[in-house]
Amino acid sequence: MSDVKKFLYVNRKAPYGTIYALESLEVVLIGAAFDQDVSLAFLDDGVFQLTRDQNTDGIGVKNFSPTFRALGDYDVTRLYVEKESLDERGLTADDLQEIMYEDEDDDWAEKPAIRIVSRAEMTDIMAEQDVILSF
Amino acid sequence: MSTLHTVNKSPFVNRTLESCLNHCKDGDAVLMIEDGVYGGLGGTAVSAIVAEKAGSVSIHVLTPDMEARGLSADRLLDGITCVGYDGFVELVTKHDRTQAWL
Amino acid sequence: MKIGVVISEGPYTHEAADTAYNFVKAALTAGHEVPRVFFYHDGVNVSTRLSVPPQDERHIQNNWTDLAREHGIDLVVCIAAAQRRGILDRNEAERQGKDTDNIAEGFRISGLGQLIEMGIQTDRLVMFGD
Repeated sequence: MSDVKKFLYVNRKAPYGTIYALESLEVVLIGAAFDQDVSLAFLDDGVFQLTRDQNTDGIGVKNFSPTFRALGDYDVTRLYVEKESLDERGLTADDLQEIMYEDEDDDWAEKPAIRIVSRAEMTDIMAEQDVILSF
Repeated sequence: MSTLHTVNKSPFVNRTLESCLNHCKDGDAVLMIEDGVYGGLGGTAVSAIVAEKAGSVSIHVLTPDMEARGLSADRLLDGITCVGYDGFVELVTKHDRTQAWL
Repeated sequence: MKIGVVISEGPYTHEAADTAYNFVKAALTAGHEVPRVFFYHDGVNVSTRLSVPPQDERHIQNNWTDLAREHGIDLVVCIAAAQRRGILDRNEAERQGKDTDNIAEGFRISGLGQLIEMGIQTDRLVMFGD
């Protein structure tokens, strides 16, 4: 068996109302050191984690949304976002922050890490994994 | 290759069960545990969507959680199987991965 | 088969730690290995030795401590989540200038890397939470 497993972090909860989104991101950052094949999935209320212009000054809680933009530095380059979940919440891709990574296999070209996928595609992505961590 | 999905939320509180069912592939299994067991009842607002999936996906309810809530097996939709914790373990080992719909 | 378990919700408020306990016992009875249980989010609160539930109720922390001792299960509490919620071992209590530690026997505090390592080294990973 290969030493590299496919890990999927499934994010289905909105940020700030509960700690799950933040503590999920902490696992992703630590897990990056293990050289596994890592992807993130955002569906249901999880898509709210990626919205632009989050400002937590008024609630006195740390704004962790800029951390998503650093994921590329940790070689986490695939953030799958489910289109149906966006549609249901009145969101489009333009409502999400821009998250770029440098593709080492393509002369370090800057590419978007967010990939909008259909529900059927998300189902296929989930079914390809070795380990699914849900937050 | 197939997945065991676990659902522990009542379908009358949020849409977790619906989301889970929408992401199942043929041959997958769904196990309703904790408050998730209410999703297995017949004659409810969600019975139709569960029954619709019950053909292509095997659906199970954790008996101890059902009994704790005063539910008997005859209240369940046709085609739903009751399992104990030993059956839960068997489902985990039989399928290639477990996805918890928390 | 090697089965890894994650508990990500606190004891007593939520059934997760109970379901996980019953699941792990059944897995061991069936002859499977449960090398590690990882406690994350409010799940870290299972590990406090200062919990004193009423006599006629299950003692969730004691149950885990006993099961771990009997079957050699590595009970790992996430350090980042534990520090936020006031779960400390002796070293950490001293380092932070606190007057006591509160982690129960059989549990140890370590990093999130232990969760990833468990995912790599086990055949199945099962999560219990909210």
